[in-house]
Amino acid sequence: MALKDRSLLLVLPGFLWLGLFMVLPCAIIFAMAFFERGVYGGIDYGIVTAENFRRAFDPLYLSILLDSARIAFAATVLSILIAYPAAYAISRAKPALQPALLLLVLLPFWSNYLIRTYAWMVLLNREGVINGFLRWLGAIDQPLPMLYNEFAVILGLVYNYCPFVVLAIYAALQRLDPSYAEASRDLGAGATTTFLRITLPLTLPGIAAGAVFVFVLSIGNFITPDLLGGGRLQMVGNLIYDQFLTARDWPFGATLSMILIAVMMALLFLQALATNRAHGGRSHV
Amino acid sequence: MKWWKKSAQVALSVAVLVLAGAAQAADKIVISNWDGYMPKDLLERFKADTGIEAELSVHATNEEIMGKVTAGGGKGYDVLFVSSPFAEALNKLGLAAPVDHSKIPNIKNLYPEAMQLQHDPGNTYSVPYTWGTTGICYRSDLVKTEPQSWNDLLAPPEDVKGKETMLSTDRWLMAAALLAMGKSVNATDPETLDAAKAKLIEAKRNLLAYDDTVFYQKLVSGEAVVTHAWDGWCNYGIAENGAIKYVIPKEGSDLWVDTMVITAASENKDAAHKFIDYVLGVDNGKWVVENIMYKTPNKAGMEAIDKSLFEKYPNMAITPAELLKYEQLRDLGEGQKAFSKTVTEILAAK
Repeated sequence: MALKDRSLLLVLPGFLWLGLFMVLPCAIIFAMAFFERGVYGGIDYGIVTAENFRRAFDPLYLSILLDSARIAFAATVLSILIAYPAAYAISRAKPALQPALLLLVLLPFWSNYLIRTYAWMVLLNREGVINGFLRWLGAIDQPLPMLYNEFAVILGLVYNYCPFVVLAIYAALQRLDPSYAEASRDLGAGATTTFLRITLPLTLPGIAAGAVFVFVLSIGNFITPDLLGGGRLQMVGNLIYDQFLTARDWPFGATLSMILIAVMMALLFLQALATNRAHGGRSHV
Repeated sequence: MKWWKKSAQVALSVAVLVLAGAAQAADKIVISNWDGYMPKDLLERFKADTGIEAELSVHATNEEIMGKVTAGGGKGYDVLFVSSPFAEALNKLGLAAPVDHSKIPNIKNLYPEAMQLQHDPGNTYSVPYTWGTTGICYRSDLVKTEPQSWNDLLAPPEDVKGKETMLSTDRWLMAAALLAMGKSVNATDPETLDAAKAKLIEAKRNLLAYDDTVFYQKLVSGEAVVTHAWDGWCNYGIAENGAIKYVIPKEGSDLWVDTMVITAASENKDAAHKFIDYVLGVDNGKWVVENIMYKTPNKAGMEAIDKSLFEKYPNMAITPAELLKYEQLRDLGEGQKAFSKTVTEILAAK
């Protein structure tokens, strides 16, 4: 068997898996978007229509999509600002200590997402731990509104996805050859210049990978806005969830999903471009 | 013994086992219910008493089980616990089997009023399990004036603003505004839907949150002082704080009924009837009131409970005659499309 044939055989299970469980379902969702809903859910195949797309671009839903993007973007920026120093510190720690520190980063994932989110509700609510403490200190008379608003949603997203960014940036920092920074210092650059001109640009792919991860997971999230946003603040994920599970309007839910997938694909494409450029344009995509 | 003889014996015994298994499978029924909505040991006791094996499948919402049943024609399920509008829809779709009262002797345990439900007079395709009202559950010690009207929830006084929750489940969310306007809880005409939408978007600005699950905890903590609530769930709050009260607003309530439906696809309708009969027994009716804190149309069960519960949880004492005054949520049919679009727009609005 030629080498080429054999490699084809090796990728076949992967392709089959993706084809059956990713491409095919997406194609079904895409097709669904062009029909009308049935009265009791399901699809009315009798009517082919582009109405769902028109409806999705109604200012009401468009503003939810833009809000979701804005919230996801805020969560992404905050996650990077928190994660970069943490990842940098871990990568500079004693090698023997590093696995333990990384384990600490991953520790929250040992408990369930819902439980962690409910824990925030206990902390943030008006009669909650933080407000109680501040009142006890005499710092405030009226409780601070920290829950059921955008602040709480962004906080929840940053809290949940920040560890992924730490890992992505840590991996990029590990790959970085220390001799580059040493050369920079030898040639007279200060610590700040070295960081800004050597370390940061070379770890950009790690930042981009982490950023896309947080953004994509955040924009589609529906649990955090539901619990920490109190359902008053809807993100596009909630809208999709409701269409399938309560409104029984699958075609409209499918349309919104397609738009979300398109946004995510555009972002992943941009990330691939960024990675490519960081590697001096050598194509390895 | 020759090898083939032994093989034949093995094959035969395997065949016998398989057949026995098949026979047993026929005597097994599948129940779909909300988690924790019937006694934990009910299925075990049912098996011990009748020899019929019953398996529990759990659904989180009416929509979820409705989706599964419409997709598969109801195959794989024998008895479904669903709210009455969904029972009505199942019947319209031909997915519900007729109920044979002669196979359910315990149906005599139901109140006469429970045989006259608007969605299914005479209980021809559904049997009621629990029923109750939707109203306002509030902290009487933390509000200046006690709420009496749906408008006290939709346009709250200053001291309640930002300290109230509403149900976001579509039908009940809309019912609050429809009742406030003196309209039917089943209205789907565009003018009424638009007016209700405007009212509910306005109300949204004063909400702490939408909450369909743990609103009573928010009352207990004092985070919320007024909540839109099902009577039975308000009792969970009352159990923890005696200052929590439930009121049916003066404009009225809906009458919600959770029912049991036998699927048309059930291959074991006799066993399914036996199961419903079992659930309608006195002990299970009593369990529902004492544990879920809902009212049950099971008269024998209601009469068996400790009467002090009525004092502690006054809404348990609402009489069947009073319940029947209220309009039931009905299946909206074609009107559902405009209805759910309106709800989506309310929930999406800022």
